[in-house]
Amino acid sequence: MHKKVKVSKGLDIKLKGKPAEQLGQAPRSKMYAVRPVEFYGINPRLMVKPGDHVDVGDPIFYHKYNDRIKFTSPVSGTIEDIVRGERRKILKILIKPDTEDQYKKFEVKDPKKASREEILDVLLESGLFPVIKQRPYDVIAKPEDEPKAIFISAYDSAPLGVNYDFILSDKLKDFQTGIEALKKLTSGKIYLIVDNNSASKLENTEGVEVIKAEGPHPAGNPSIHIEKFEPIAKGDRIWVVNPVHVAQIGNLFNTGTYNPQKIIALAGSMVKTPQYFLITPGADLSDFLKEYLKEGEARIISGNVLTGANITDDPYLNFYDNEVTAIPLGKKSRFLGWMPFLAENRKSFYRFNILPINKELDLDANLYGEERAFVMTDEFDSVMPMDIYPVHLLKAALLGDVEKMEALGILEVAPEDFALVDYISSSKLDAQYIIRKGLDIMQVEMES
Amino acid sequence: MKVIEKFFKKYEHLFLEGGKLEKYHPAYQAMYTFMFTPDETTQRGAHIRDAVDLKRVMFTVVLALIPATLFGMWNVGYQYFNQAGVDFTNWEAFVYGFWKVLPLIIVSYVVGLGIEFYFAILRGHEVNEGYLVTGLLIPLIMPVTIPLWILAISVAFAVVIGKEVFGGTGMNIVNPALTARAFAFFAYPTFMSGNEVWIPKPENADAYSGETILGALNQGKELAYTWWDMFVGTIPGSIGETSVIMILIGAVLLLYTRVASWRIMLSGVLGAALMALLFNMWGANELMRFPWWQHLLVGGLAFGIVFMATDPVTAAQTRVGKWIYGFMIGVFAILIRVFNPAYPEGVMLAILLMNVVAPTIDFYVVQSNIKRRMKRFNKQTA
Repeated sequence: MHKKVKVSKGLDIKLKGKPAEQLGQAPRSKMYAVRPVEFYGINPRLMVKPGDHVDVGDPIFYHKYNDRIKFTSPVSGTIEDIVRGERRKILKILIKPDTEDQYKKFEVKDPKKASREEILDVLLESGLFPVIKQRPYDVIAKPEDEPKAIFISAYDSAPLGVNYDFILSDKLKDFQTGIEALKKLTSGKIYLIVDNNSASKLENTEGVEVIKAEGPHPAGNPSIHIEKFEPIAKGDRIWVVNPVHVAQIGNLFNTGTYNPQKIIALAGSMVKTPQYFLITPGADLSDFLKEYLKEGEARIISGNVLTGANITDDPYLNFYDNEVTAIPLGKKSRFLGWMPFLAENRKSFYRFNILPINKELDLDANLYGEERAFVMTDEFDSVMPMDIYPVHLLKAALLGDVEKMEALGILEVAPEDFALVDYISSSKLDAQYIIRKGLDIMQVEMES
Repeated sequence: MKVIEKFFKKYEHLFLEGGKLEKYHPAYQAMYTFMFTPDETTQRGAHIRDAVDLKRVMFTVVLALIPATLFGMWNVGYQYFNQAGVDFTNWEAFVYGFWKVLPLIIVSYVVGLGIEFYFAILRGHEVNEGYLVTGLLIPLIMPVTIPLWILAISVAFAVVIGKEVFGGTGMNIVNPALTARAFAFFAYPTFMSGNEVWIPKPENADAYSGETILGALNQGKELAYTWWDMFVGTIPGSIGETSVIMILIGAVLLLYTRVASWRIMLSGVLGAALMALLFNMWGANELMRFPWWQHLLVGGLAFGIVFMATDPVTAAQTRVGKWIYGFMIGVFAILIRVFNPAYPEGVMLAILLMNVVAPTIDFYVVQSNIKRRMKRFNKQTA
């Protein structure tokens, strides 16, 4: 039996450059990088030095405050360099790849027979544990915690979102094994969110509660479904895992190796032929992108256009992302750009269009205005499907008011839930950033 | 366009850090961004953004005010020539009114924007677009005969005390335009009320009667106007408030673009209608007996609900709050009209009152959300 969730508030922004369901082979990159900044809230302690040789799955660094959480190499090769920034902060660990990958072998048991501790140990050793994010705070989970439930969203409702059915089409067995491993980590349920409007093969997975979500983005975001089925109370932990990582966990238990390779989408209006590619996270994408991008200044994003990271100047595929998006940069001023009803082709809370909006939009990374104080109050509500007052929560977060933030529900949200607020805000507010900072304050306050 | 942009870029260095006119950067920025939406790209958060900004929102409200403004100019002339008892064309009426109203608009913008720029430079932050709307609203809710110096003082009071002391647009508690109106009303009552302020007095006019409908009703007089006059707006009153048709055109634009909240407008009309209906049933005096639907047509009610109550900064910010806020404005507007002989028009006071109450309404709405959340938490742990 499945549950149905209908989301009414939100916004679907249909963009040009939807990936065709075709798989291309990306060339092996000349360089790979592991970047600690991608793992939010992690303080890295290095376990390698330049010149060391690593295989896939060999540890690179661990978390200073929890040395069980290790981060491993996605590729086999030689540590080329450790790039540091201000105050010797580690920016990236560069790995020069061998011609072929060697995989480190892990001792694994059938997850059905393994104990919770045994499963955790393998996940921690292989570097797959960090794929588990926890709510509240939207950070990497702690192995000591036992989550109330685990949520897996196989419905990417964001603009140019990927099709998990395509990505995982030949990994259904791994996915099933992954679910079995995760089942050992919680005494609660595992929820799988799928798109109600397309029949997903993942629905047939055993041991999960299927939630069929319908409606505009953010219908696929886990927070909405967590609020509905497993609302977070004080002290509760909910874990969130991406389905691609679930399959990687399954693969680990099926084969005894950590294989970080995954199918990602190359999407966006700046891509010549948007499609899917088999690629390894951490890969230097510059050569690859040169071949596939159109002429012109582009904003290259690891992830989607709403929540992804800007990798234009440093194009490595981020650990967590299943897509690379390229859109026009749009660094140009516009004469009297604030005039309403000019040929504006953009989905909005407001209606400044006279002509109907095109089916597929070609949006760029221009800010379209300047930052201002909060003025228009109704726009945020129109894209917030949760029982949350976005204006009040954002104000509390800006003030760093811990009690108020908690009362207004910050523990139930992740920055991604405010991505549409970023988009829609006429005051050009960076809502995701404000929520991220608010969550950081909460975490410090509540956990110490 | 390229030429204009080059001109701006040529002098930009003077206003940047280390430039001679560094202090005045907000003023430069305001001018430049008025001409050109800058080439700035997203730095953090979502990479794509809606093309809406506050300039566009505010300009849409200005657009929505234009029908009422143009009609108001014509009506000033129309009322004047009618009183003078001379023949005139519509064009003559408009031209007469135009030259009466234009100085008010200019004074309002010059004084208001001057203060806004001064504060922006003082604080080193951008000039906010809010005054684009306020600057036009203020003259439209004044009687046309208001001396320019009173207008200037009222504008200054509204911008400084009504807005800047709270931190500028987005932080103010009460609507700045209504603050200006209220200031003028209480500080200079002789210029703001009575029978002779609504129409410029023609020299040697025999029977001069320029009182508003509400003023007449208040004194229990017979009405000289039909409901159609009230609807079209050929009646004495503040410059922009008389024509319900023109206000409705503005309302349609605001509602179509979604710049103003339909919840506030609808609940405001409902509140006023309900209250007027109740008074109709009571019917103790002329104002009470005045048909409920005509209550919606006269005075500043329509203008207030469409353009003032919907100011998003001073209104309630939650959706439930907006219903309550709008409804209470309607109720209080009629209540004050009927019960307070000193102020035959109650909309201004009703909105100002609800501006002050709005944060409290929001507080309780948000509090119920918090309680709901706490209840859920407790249920689980129990």
